Amino acid sequence: MTTEQDFYAAPGDTSQGRVFTVTGQDWDSVTQSIGESAEERVVVNMGPQHPSTHGVLRLILELEGETVTEARCGIGYLHTGIEKNMEYRSWVQGVTFCTRMDYLSPFYNEATYVLGVERLLDIEDDIPEKAQVMRVLLMELNRMSSHLVAIATGGMEIGALTVMTIGFRERELVLDLFELITGLRMNHAFIRPGGVAQDLPPGALDEIRDFIALMKKRLPEYAALCNANPIFKGRLEGVGHLDLAGCMALGLTGPVLRSTGYAWDLRKTQPYCGYEDYDFEVQTWDTADSYGRFRIRLNEMWESLKIVEQCADRLAGLEGAPVMVGDKKIAWPSQLAIGSDGMGNSLDHIRHIMGESMEALIHHFKLVTEGFRVPAGQAYVPIESPRGELGAHVVSDGGTRPFRAHFRDPSFTNLQATSVMSEGGMVADVIVAIASIDPVMGGVDR
Amino acid sequence: MSDDKSDKNESARPAEERNLETAKDETGTGTGVEQPAPEQSPVNVPAPTGEVRAVGERRGMFGVTGTGDTSGYGGLVSATMFPTPSARPYGGWFDEVSDALEARLEATELTSAIESVVVHRGEITFHVRREDLPFVAQMLRDDEALRFEFCAGVSGVHYPEDTGRELHAVYHLTSMTHNRRIRVEVSVPDSDPHVPSLVSIYPTLDWHERETYDMFGLIFDGHPALTRVLMPDDWPGHPQRKDYPLGGIPVEYKGGSIPPPDQRRSYN
Repeated sequence: MTTEQDFYAAPGDTSQGRVFTVTGQDWDSVTQSIGESAEERVVVNMGPQHPSTHGVLRLILELEGETVTEARCGIGYLHTGIEKNMEYRSWVQGVTFCTRMDYLSPFYNEATYVLGVERLLDIEDDIPEKAQVMRVLLMELNRMSSHLVAIATGGMEIGALTVMTIGFRERELVLDLFELITGLRMNHAFIRPGGVAQDLPPGALDEIRDFIALMKKRLPEYAALCNANPIFKGRLEGVGHLDLAGCMALGLTGPVLRSTGYAWDLRKTQPYCGYEDYDFEVQTWDTADSYGRFRIRLNEMWESLKIVEQCADRLAGLEGAPVMVGDKKIAWPSQLAIGSDGMGNSLDHIRHIMGESMEALIHHFKLVTEGFRVPAGQAYVPIESPRGELGAHVVSDGGTRPFRAHFRDPSFTNLQATSVMSEGGMVADVIVAIASIDPVMGGVDR
Repeated sequence: MSDDKSDKNESARPAEERNLETAKDETGTGTGVEQPAPEQSPVNVPAPTGEVRAVGERRGMFGVTGTGDTSGYGGLVSATMFPTPSARPYGGWFDEVSDALEARLEATELTSAIESVVVHRGEITFHVRREDLPFVAQMLRDDEALRFEFCAGVSGVHYPEDTGRELHAVYHLTSMTHNRRIRVEVSVPDSDPHVPSLVSIYPTLDWHERETYDMFGLIFDGHPALTRVLMPDDWPGHPQRKDYPLGGIPVEYKGGSIPPPDQRRSYN
C-alpha cells in the first residue's frame, strides 16, 4: 500500500468490509493485510481504466483465491447522450452523430440509421446501385478493420504482442482506404439518407485492388501465428463458453452466436443493401468458446475480402453512375470537389445554383437550413455489424428532425453475457471471455 | 424485405392506400394495373378515413413566433398523424402471425389483449394492452406457429402530447425459426408509468429495461434489479424524456454568441 493519500479510493474500513487501493508493486502488503482477516472472499474492481477491459468498462469481480465466483459489469462511463442529441439535429446531421457511437464500426452505425430513414421516406427502391455497392464495399472493409482490432487487442490482452502489432498494421491499410474514399479515418458521416456523400475518387479502385492482393498475403500470417499455437489455444479453448440456448436467452448475435454452430447472419437471412447479389459463406464454428470466435473472425475477414473484390468489379462497370437518389427534395445538394484551397463545394455546382437554376438554389437552401421532412412512423432495419445485430429504431413525427432514434447496439447486449461466461473460471479467463465478445464501449454507452 | 413495395411513380401516395391495393393484388381481386383510373388517381381521392391517431401538433412553419413572424404562416396548426391501424388482410405472413396470435388469445379468453395492429412500410406493429404483455410475450416466444425466440431489446419513446399514453415501450422480436420480425408496443400514461417486466421471458431485456427506466422513467414491475445503467446512480430525472432539456451553454466567439442546440431557432 502506498503512503500517498488517494482521495478517490481511500483505504480504510467501510460497512462492506475493508477497502484496499492497489496501485502496483504492493501485492505483498495487500495479501498480508488480507491474511489477517478471516474472510477469503475478495471483491475486486477491475477498471474502468484497466488496459485489458476494452475501454472504460468496469468489472466487479468476487474472487475466492483466483476463481471468480461472481462477475458484474459497471457501464455508462462513456455515455455521451448521442441519441438525445440526434433529436435536436436534422435527419442528415444525425449521421454525423451516430457514426461516433461504435467507433470501430462507424459505417454500420451510419448504415442502419440511414436504412431506417430511407424506409420511412419510402425510397428504399430508389437508391442508386452504385450507392448500394459503395455501402457494401465500405461496410465489408470496415468489418475487416473491426475484426483486426478485435484480434489485435484480444491477442495483446493475453500477452501475444505480435498479434497486436500486425493487427494494427493491417487495420492502418483499411483506414488509409477510408481516408481516400471518405476523407476521414473515422467519424466519416459518409452514408447519407438517399445514397452516399460523394463518388469514388480517381484511383480508388486501384488502391482497393492493391489492398486485396496484399491482404491475401497477410491474412495467412494470422493463421500461421495463432491457429495451432499451443499457448494461444491453451488460453482460448474452452474459455468463455456459451451455448446456443444461452445465446438465444441473452440475445447474443454475431460471432458469439455463430460460434455455437448456428449460421445466423442477417446478410443472408434478411438481406439489405443488395447483399443477396454477393457470393459469400456464413462462417460458423462448433466449440462455442473464445477460440471458435477467434477463428470465425479470421474466416469472416476472408469472406469480406471476397465481397470487397466483387464490389470492386461491380464499381469498375459503374463509373460515372449516380451515388445519390434522384429526388432533389431529399438528395444532399453539395457536390464536392478539390479546389485550390482544399475540398469544398464544386465551382460548377455554385455556378449552377447561383446563376442558372432558381429551383436548384431553393433546394440547396431548404435542405441545408431546414432539411427534409420524413413521414410520421417508425422503422427498424437491423444489419449484421461485426459484433452482431445492430439496429436503429427510428421514429419520426413528420418533422425535419428525428423524434427518437434508439440504437440496439450488439456490444451492449452481448456484454450481458460476461457473468455467465466468466463465473466459475479464473480471473485471467475473464479477460479472454470479454475479448471474445469484443465489446466497444462507445457502442455500449452511446 | 418490405411487403408493400410498389411502383416508383406511386411513392407519393399515402401508405394506407398502397397497403390496401397490395393486399387486393395478393388476394387476386385487384386489377393490378400500372396507372389508376383518373377518378381514382391519388390527387382526386380524399385521405382514407378511420381512426386517426394524432400524437401532437405543430404550430407555425419557420420557427419564429410573436411579432417577428412576418411569414403569414404563424397561425398554421398541423396535427402530427401516426399511421392508422390497418384492416385485414395485412398481406403476406403478417396474417399468419395475426391468425396464430388471435387463435391463441381466443382460447384463453384474452381477445382484447391486442389493442390495434399497424402495418406501415412493410413492418407490423402489435399494440398490446399493458396487463396482458407478459402473457402475449410468452406466447409469442413459445407457440410453434409464432416462435419469436429472439428479442432485440426495448426502446422507450416519449410522446408528451399523446394524452393518457405518453410513454411507449417498443419491443422488436425476431423469429429465427420463421425468419420474421414484428414490433410489440405498449403505451402507458405518464402518471402511472408501470410496465410488466419481460426479463423472465427474455433474459436479454435485463439491461435494456434498465436503460429504458434510466432514460424514460418507465418502471418495469418484476425486474430483478431495476437500477440506472448508463447514468450515475444519483442522477436526477430521466434524460431522454421530451421534458428534459438537452442542456448546453452559449458558445461565444469574437463577440458573437451561439445558443445551445435546443435553444437555437429551428424549423418546426
